[in-house]
Amino acid sequence: MNLPVNVKIMKVQLLSRKRQTIVATLGVTFGIGMFILMMSFMKGMNDFFEGVMLSVTPDIRIYNDYKTDYSSSVTGEFFGGKENNWIIVRHPRPKQINLNLKNAPGIIEDLRKNDAIQVVSPLVSAQVLFNYGPVQLGAMVDGVDIREEDRLFGLSGKMASGRPENLLTADNGILLGYKLANKLNVRTGDLVTATAPSGTQLRFRVVGMYKFGIATMDEYKAYVSLTGMQQLLGKSRDYITDIRLKLKNMKSAARLAPLLARKYNYRAEDWETVNASVKAGNLIRDTFTYILSFTLLLIAGFGIYNIMNMVIIGKMKDIAILKAEGFARKDIVQIFLSQSLIIGLIGALTGLLMGFLLSYGLSKVPWPEDEFIIIKHFPVNFNTSYYVVGVVFGLTTTGLAGLLPALKASRIDPVAILRG
Amino acid sequence: MPQEVLKAEKLNKYFHEPATFQVLHDISLMIQEGEFVSIMGKSGCGKSTLLYLLSTLDTDYEGTVDIDGKRVTGLHENAMAHFRNEHIGFVFQFHFLLPEFTALENVMIPALKLGKFGHKEVEQQAMEKLRQMEMAEHAHKLSGKLSGGQQQRVAIARALINSPKIIMADEPTGNLDSANTAIIFNIFNQLAQAGNTIITVTHDHDFARKSDRILEMVDGRIKI
Repeated sequence: MNLPVNVKIMKVQLLSRKRQTIVATLGVTFGIGMFILMMSFMKGMNDFFEGVMLSVTPDIRIYNDYKTDYSSSVTGEFFGGKENNWIIVRHPRPKQINLNLKNAPGIIEDLRKNDAIQVVSPLVSAQVLFNYGPVQLGAMVDGVDIREEDRLFGLSGKMASGRPENLLTADNGILLGYKLANKLNVRTGDLVTATAPSGTQLRFRVVGMYKFGIATMDEYKAYVSLTGMQQLLGKSRDYITDIRLKLKNMKSAARLAPLLARKYNYRAEDWETVNASVKAGNLIRDTFTYILSFTLLLIAGFGIYNIMNMVIIGKMKDIAILKAEGFARKDIVQIFLSQSLIIGLIGALTGLLMGFLLSYGLSKVPWPEDEFIIIKHFPVNFNTSYYVVGVVFGLTTTGLAGLLPALKASRIDPVAILRG
Repeated sequence: MPQEVLKAEKLNKYFHEPATFQVLHDISLMIQEGEFVSIMGKSGCGKSTLLYLLSTLDTDYEGTVDIDGKRVTGLHENAMAHFRNEHIGFVFQFHFLLPEFTALENVMIPALKLGKFGHKEVEQQAMEKLRQMEMAEHAHKLSGKLSGGQQQRVAIARALINSPKIIMADEPTGNLDSANTAIIFNIFNQLAQAGNTIITVTHDHDFARKSDRILEMVDGRIKI
């Protein structure tokens, strides 16, 4: 029967100073509301960037990173070098480098047997110039097995016109990013002329246009078939520069990449390494959000601390008489701490509601027109875990802010006050 | 054979601020059940200090206090609070009512805290005590809206609500005009006649004269 009378006293005291109670509660409400809004928005932002990044990054990319090894040279022999002679060659250049993966078909076949790998997509890639009248526009042209590429990046979902499979049927077909197509002023069915670095020219027929929503993809990229690219570069049918993989579990990429690199003796990069800057950006945003939200709640906590301290100074006599009547220290702590906790709880719950409404509102605000990313509204993530964190955060800070004054109240010496 | 309700042995009390000073010197006393005892003396002689030692509110002293056969000296804080709640009723110079509560609620709080009876019964008992103090018609007023004399009567009702073993009063009329003082006098007389044990600190001789025994204190000692 201990609790009810303490609760009754708490309730009466809270209600007898409504304005202070409401102000203190609003502090918590805003703190938690803003915390949730910021977390939801930042997380939505992170998710969006990560999604964009993943839509163009394979889980693992295996390629030939050219190494210049000058340890063996014919110079010494040429100049008739002896033991004690130094022959120094400044700025040596390699004579010929092949950037392709040797025995690519064997590697591909081997990778396809691997259980952890879902998609294996070989690639021949090169910088190519498109002729538009007198102007030449540069773009990265990827020669791909379009069915594998589709499985890797979901191309068919991003087509503005045509279908990816058109590459298979058409003779020398090409898929262009919609912005590149605009610049070249071509439409599906038109012809474009591509010039390889070696000077070889080839005409391709546009069989489709895609729209990723990322400038690098839409403006500076085109897809042709593997054979088309090999032909343009003047290389053989087994000339492959990259192999890109999609794993069943993308989290295992960082672990698997070094193993593959060692096995085939080529560079293998996982998506996390490639997009370290995006990851770092996410981390920085998260940290900012937490620090700012923590500050907001801390300020709300100080507000409560202040108010409770004032209340206790004003209630010294009441505390003294309650102690004389037989209320123990723990009762006093209970009465005053529960006031803070009630403020914290109500503040937290209204804060959740406010946070949700603000996030919902934000998710309906159109994103300003942007050249580089295509997004209709502000990205917002409605993850419930932030709501849980918000309540825990709110109750902890208000609890701590209320505990100190409550302990102070419980230590009041009744004799000093009651003697008058 | 009347029982002893309170026994104090060799109470010594020091104040340490601003300088160490002995307030009470080896005070021993015994109070029988139903006794009405007044403690008198000049201000600063330690009479209030003694009352607060006996009441268990002040625990910083040497010596022992037994109430109703129970050693209260050195009792744990929670147990002490509970003991005080059940066995001791206080009346102070000021009423010390909680201003946000009605007169009735103020009287009820110690009983609700004790938890011996349900809310309904406590309310009836509190109403009964207020009626005894002729305060029944003001029961539902906020305590802050009552006059000084009325507030003191509510405070007495509050002291009585748990039927304490001892009622301790620290200058209960010290803050009242003569008309109200007379009313409080009468109430204490009635309480004494009803067999309550009362210890009161006062410097009002008229008040003290009505009590069974007067303890006169001089410089921290009881004058015999």
